Amino acid sequence: MELASDRFKAKAAEALRNPQLQRALERMQSHFVDRRAAALAELPDFEAARAAATAARERVLADLPRYLERFEQAARAAGATVHWAETAEDANRIVTEIARAAGVRKIVKSKSMVTEECGLNEHLERAGLRVVETDLGEYILQLAHEPPSHIVAPVLHKNKDEIATLFEQRHGRPRQQEIEALVGEAREVLRPHFLDADMGISGANFLIAETGSVMLFTNEGNGRLASTLPRVHVAIAGIEKVVATLEDAALLARLLPRSATGQSITNYVSLLTGARRPGDLDGPEQMHVVLLDNGRSRLPGTALAPILRCIRCGACMNHCPVYQNVGGHAYGWVYPGPMGAVLTPLYAGLERTVDLPNASTFCGACVAVCPVGIPLTELMRELRGRQWRLGLRSRTERWALRAWSFAARRPRLYAVLAAAAARLLAASGGRRVRLPGLGEWTRARALPSADGRTFRELYRRRRAP
Amino acid sequence: MSARERILGRLNRCAARRPPPAPEHATASDAPLDSATEPDAGRRFVERARHLGSEVLALERLDAAPAAVARWLEERGLPRRGAVWPALAGLAWDRAGIALAARAAQADDPIGVTGIFAAIAETGTLMLLSGAGTPASVSLLPETHVALLRREQIVPTMEAAFARMRARHGDVPRAINFVSGPSRTADVEQTITVGAHGPRRVLIVLADA
Repeated sequence: MELASDRFKAKAAEALRNPQLQRALERMQSHFVDRRAAALAELPDFEAARAAATAARERVLADLPRYLERFEQAARAAGATVHWAETAEDANRIVTEIARAAGVRKIVKSKSMVTEECGLNEHLERAGLRVVETDLGEYILQLAHEPPSHIVAPVLHKNKDEIATLFEQRHGRPRQQEIEALVGEAREVLRPHFLDADMGISGANFLIAETGSVMLFTNEGNGRLASTLPRVHVAIAGIEKVVATLEDAALLARLLPRSATGQSITNYVSLLTGARRPGDLDGPEQMHVVLLDNGRSRLPGTALAPILRCIRCGACMNHCPVYQNVGGHAYGWVYPGPMGAVLTPLYAGLERTVDLPNASTFCGACVAVCPVGIPLTELMRELRGRQWRLGLRSRTERWALRAWSFAARRPRLYAVLAAAAARLLAASGGRRVRLPGLGEWTRARALPSADGRTFRELYRRRRAP
Repeated sequence: MSARERILGRLNRCAARRPPPAPEHATASDAPLDSATEPDAGRRFVERARHLGSEVLALERLDAAPAAVARWLEERGLPRRGAVWPALAGLAWDRAGIALAARAAQADDPIGVTGIFAAIAETGTLMLLSGAGTPASVSLLPETHVALLRREQIVPTMEAAFARMRARHGDVPRAINFVSGPSRTADVEQTITVGAHGPRRVLIVLADA
């Protein structure tokens, strides 16, 4: 997918002025946030489940080569072909070659963010293949030529009227008003594609090392159709998606749908292991698993390694005050919100994603809800540090931080300056003031009211007998 | 050098920067992580399955299923034909007036009748294993999925279902499908709508024996 993260500020400003998007984002808060809380309350002990899930992810990531090899061996033994792709281009080339070799013309796809990461659809279409997205959200986006704005609910930014208009234009059928009718229409339009497609492409929520299985969580059933009916099934997964055992997968299954959509389980959970067996009456004749690196193998052993635990539930973005206000498109790539603010710079480069690790209030809501305990704010802070060391921050910011650092190391000077600032805030607090060089902070906000005393003054008074 | 060797090489070099991994455990934790610990798993299964939109028909004996399913279909004005797992073709479907072909499902089958390997009380979920007599498409293509289940197949959790599978089957089947009610989507305005790409109705026939 084309990277547009260097336009974060402009796109965020645009999003804030879009009343339709703002309504959609409000809806997301009530639906995803409230439902998640209710679904997790069903568990006897969320913290214990989170600790166990974190340990299960860490156990594999600490020894990833061995688990990848074990997965490869088990998948091969079950009749799947395992491919290794170092880059997005490699993955695209591998899938195209599989399609060519099998004489594929039409491909049905289940929702997969890793294929969005690769820009796989464009590549396959350039190679002359017909690609049909079949997840309802992804299908709508394909018709509208738009990228997803959320990793779980990709079409979150559109309302039903926009979708009705799109269907009316593209299907040439009478306009439907109700959501149920729109879903029914998509089912009717897409069913023939499932029946005559030669290849199905899916992602993988997890890869099970023990059994060589690809695990998929879906609600619509399109993932099952795409991996059952066409004669070739290709699953594409990041190398970090491995879990050790079926038991670990069951543990994560207790947390992933609850954290994502607030469901105790998704409608369908499928474990796909190899191709059609002798005697089987259905199932694909060929199964391929493409293991994608694309920057992931540089992370183990670094300060940013915990992001590899991510199970793509989207809870961090659902609870992020920045995402809740600007939506997913502002982030300019596949992965938005706090997890995207960490992943995008790592996979797409720090230089063109400078705003992302800074698009956070560090309130810690993402850390509080992450089902695998990723310290997202710490990782964003680490990326901010790297930006500083690489000289990617603005000159104003660099000078301001140097000045602060100079003062902070001189307690008496700091006391004088802090006292002056506190008096100034007391005098002008509650009003909008434009300060030179700080326009981004002061343009949309009033200065905080203060009572005119510094922390140290208050502390001294509190301690005095 | 192949992509495989380069990727594994980078990972191995990264791993060298770290302390050795903790010892491995087969199961993730001993803490009570699931909520299906009450003794009456059967009641819990039925309650959760209904909550997720499945219909549950309780019978004393599984061989009464064809007549009960025929009545249920008739009450709803649904066609009485489709596909059945070859493993269940021996039941008296014809006598009950349901025309079922023992094969994988085809596009125009209105009904798909399957068995179940296990049912999970915690979430009201059916577990189906694919195989020669149990094709995966029968629970997927038809608009109505009828699942036959015996009470002893109900287990508390997904972990317990996997344990039962390990005990009874040597190999993992091509497809393990967990089904929790009719197909649905929440992609339009996060409003849950039933009847996306999979079955619109799931009828669970739960027999005591």
